[in-house]
Amino acid sequence: MGFMDKLKARFKQNEETKEVSEKYQEGMKKTRDTFSGKLNDLIARYRKVDEDFFEELEEVLITADVGVSTVMDLVEELKMEVKRQKIKDSSEIKDVISEKLVDIYYGDEDSSIQHLQLDEDGLQVILVVGVNGVGKTTSIGKLAHQLKADGKNVILAAGDTFRAGAIDQLEIWGERADVPVIKHSEGSDPAAVIYDGIRAAKSREADVLICDTAGRLQNKVNLMNELAKVKRVIEREIPGAPHEVLLVLDATTGQNALTQARTFSEATDVSGIVLTKLDGTAKGGIVLAIRNELQIPVKYVGLGEGINDLQQFDADAFVFGLFSDLGMSEESEKTE
Amino acid sequence: MAFEGLADRLQGTIKKITGKGKVSEQDVKEMTREVRLALLEADVNFKVVKQLIARIKERAVGQEVMESLTPGQQVIKVVKDELTNLMGGEQSKIAVADRSPTVIMMVGLQGAGKTTTTGKLANHLRKKHNRNPLLVACDVYRPAAIQQLETLGTQLDMPVFSLGTEANPVDIANQAIAQAKENHNDYVIIDTAGRLHVDENLMEELQKIKTDVKPDEIFLVVDSMTGQDAVNVAESFNEQLDITGVVLTKLDGDTRGGAALSIKAVTDKPIKFAGMGEKLDQLEAFHPERMASRILGMGDVLSLIEKAQTNVDEKQAKELEEKMRTMSFTFDDFLEQMGQVREMGPLDDLMAMIPGSNKMKGLKNAQLDESQLTEVEAIIQSMTKKERQEPSIINGSRRKRIAKGSGTSVAAVNRLIKQFSEMKKMMKQMTNMQKGKKGKGGGFKFPFM
Ligand SMILES: Nc1nc2c(ncn2[C@@H]2O[C@H](COP(=O)(O)OP(=O)(O)OP(=O)(O)O)[C@@H](O)[C@H]2O)c(=O)[nH]1
Ligand SMILES: Nc1nc2c(ncn2[C@@H]2O[C@H](COP(=O)(O)OP(=O)(O)OP(=O)(O)O)[C@@H](O)[C@H]2O)c(=O)[nH]1
Ligand SMILES: [Mg+2]
Ligand SMILES: [Mg+2]
Repeated sequence: MGFMDKLKARFKQNEETKEVSEKYQEGMKKTRDTFSGKLNDLIARYRKVDEDFFEELEEVLITADVGVSTVMDLVEELKMEVKRQKIKDSSEIKDVISEKLVDIYYGDEDSSIQHLQLDEDGLQVILVVGVNGVGKTTSIGKLAHQLKADGKNVILAAGDTFRAGAIDQLEIWGERADVPVIKHSEGSDPAAVIYDGIRAAKSREADVLICDTAGRLQNKVNLMNELAKVKRVIEREIPGAPHEVLLVLDATTGQNALTQARTFSEATDVSGIVLTKLDGTAKGGIVLAIRNELQIPVKYVGLGEGINDLQQFDADAFVFGLFSDLGMSEESEKTE
Repeated sequence: MAFEGLADRLQGTIKKITGKGKVSEQDVKEMTREVRLALLEADVNFKVVKQLIARIKERAVGQEVMESLTPGQQVIKVVKDELTNLMGGEQSKIAVADRSPTVIMMVGLQGAGKTTTTGKLANHLRKKHNRNPLLVACDVYRPAAIQQLETLGTQLDMPVFSLGTEANPVDIANQAIAQAKENHNDYVIIDTAGRLHVDENLMEELQKIKTDVKPDEIFLVVDSMTGQDAVNVAESFNEQLDITGVVLTKLDGDTRGGAALSIKAVTDKPIKFAGMGEKLDQLEAFHPERMASRILGMGDVLSLIEKAQTNVDEKQAKELEEKMRTMSFTFDDFLEQMGQVREMGPLDDLMAMIPGSNKMKGLKNAQLDESQLTEVEAIIQSMTKKERQEPSIINGSRRKRIAKGSGTSVAAVNRLIKQFSEMKKMMKQMTNMQKGKKGKGGGFKFPFM
């Protein structure tokens, strides 16, 4: 079975597992309808796999924010592969392209890397970090809802004591997901809130504690130190915690997301990414570069502002999405 | 890897050219290739880069570069000129309506910084223009959006108009205008919910508000970290609402900010303000030329210099520069500088503006924490005159004495001495950076500016 067929099969399968896939499909519906079509377009226009073909491929990937150096590496590899397999006709290349991209993503690992690594026993702590306005608090609300639906006992800690209205915001999400929120007043020490959160979670025998933190730009040394301190408090209180450190990235972010991933990892040892706002027109291609360079996998994608708009990441569908506008550049060039 | 500035990128080609009498087409091609990569890495949109490169090539292949003695710098100049031209002049004026109140509407994607910027603009209008704004909470969707704006209103001691989350944003806007008239608020700033440009219902809601309240300004608020998608967002908001200006937020980060170019290219609307932090006084006029330098990876040195200049007088600056160059900077100077630096704003903000500062290991560890400044002052004040001039004599027993005298610890003293030597190193780096332009003018200048 070719790659595209596998991909289609997977989507069919998803359709049967209803709800989950419905959301995904809604979020990515354009994608699904157009991917093979667009790739076919490109291929039809370029019978031959030549420089022009690769140039356009390069454009498509850069436009998806994959990042220049990753794109260059990828195209280089593709060119080699084309030579190696003696591919001349463009119709033979589409499987190679998609496979290569998904390959970058998984490397030697299987798809289990996209799951949260939480134990059944003992309190599990998830620390959520990221720059300002990416969707940390919202994603926490969504995640709490999902975990709760899975039968987990969840508690949230309002570690953003800085931004106006941040505590209120998390409290509303707590109500929506029907989980308790541990909070202090605005302006208090975030580490102290998290400490209290841990104590409350322990005494109430909760399964999962999710810690919200204030948004911070990664070049602010003091704020990054503060975050590292929050993590140390968690480590001290529960050996082996935090079990997950989720970095939230906004899909509309360009190359800076790579710097974000690097710096937040240095400060808090990020274990996974939540890629939000994929319901817009941005593609979030930078996560490929992040995976490539820092090996951090994406665990969830945000597909809207509602409580159900959080889905497990699916690399195939994601790669699919990168190409959803393929062929558009041709149309626009014609009208130019 | 990645994110070298244009100057770094061009090093290789420049080396090749230096000494050659002529620059070949091939050289120019190589250089424009590097320019292209630099712009793409800075998140300038692909199509915008294409257009720019075409123009740059035209100019670069022409006489200008060929006959210039320093073709590398010439290319950078051409590129920077083109970028600056594209971004237009400085325009941070806010409209004033013939009949009060003047209405400003804030629009943009989720999390871009609309609510925060609403507060910042209000603060700016009061401080700089002596105005009396009313803030309007039209975001009825995001949890606690109204509380957020109300908190900002309290912080600023300014009125906030809201009708809760059940009301219709169009009604809220209309009623707010009526109230502003009654209470003699001369400005009304409407905070709206974040929305996707492709969300037809919510975009229609904005159009309705626009039709009703006829805003004098519609500011599109855009996150400066935005990647290639910036063109779609800006184009779409502009088409549907005919925005009057742009506010670029989170420029206190270390993003290159190529989105600025993309937005200007597709909307041709002025970028009026830059968000420089989360606090309500961290809004600045947008400087196109500095943005051009930043996109090209030359740091926001000009901003830093301006900040320094508003706080340090010319003569002092010259002296400082001299000291930096001769490495005769002492703890006494450090103490004096600290006083001035403290007036310039948060330290990490300043550090972030120095090109490459985030890559300097020493700086990262230096942790020039605001709260540590007092401690630092105490330590220096406990040093003898000789020690301040000649830190190398501060041995173990002297360190103990200083620690005792300042009520700190030996570790703190050690740390400061280390920081001080790192700072000296950094100054050396900074002065090295200006070697390229030696002899010209003097002052606090950096290459290519
Ligand atoms: N369209 C869309 N909007 C989202 C998504 N996730 C979050 N948002 C919106 O993005 C905005 C910011 O979300 P928050 O959860 O407040 O972000 P945050 O990272 O907690 O922000 P700070 O705490 O201020 O740093 C809100 O308007 C959310 O509704 C998503 O997946 N899609
Ligand atoms: N560092 C920095 N943070 C900023 C700046 N402007 C806004 N923020 C932060 O970005 C986050 C989002 O800002 P908001 O003002 O809530 O954004 P918004 O556009 O109103 O968000 P929604 O209403 O959810 O669409 C908050 O954490 C702000 O503190 C800025 O210029 N610099
Ligand atoms: Mg938050
Ligand atoms: Mg808002």
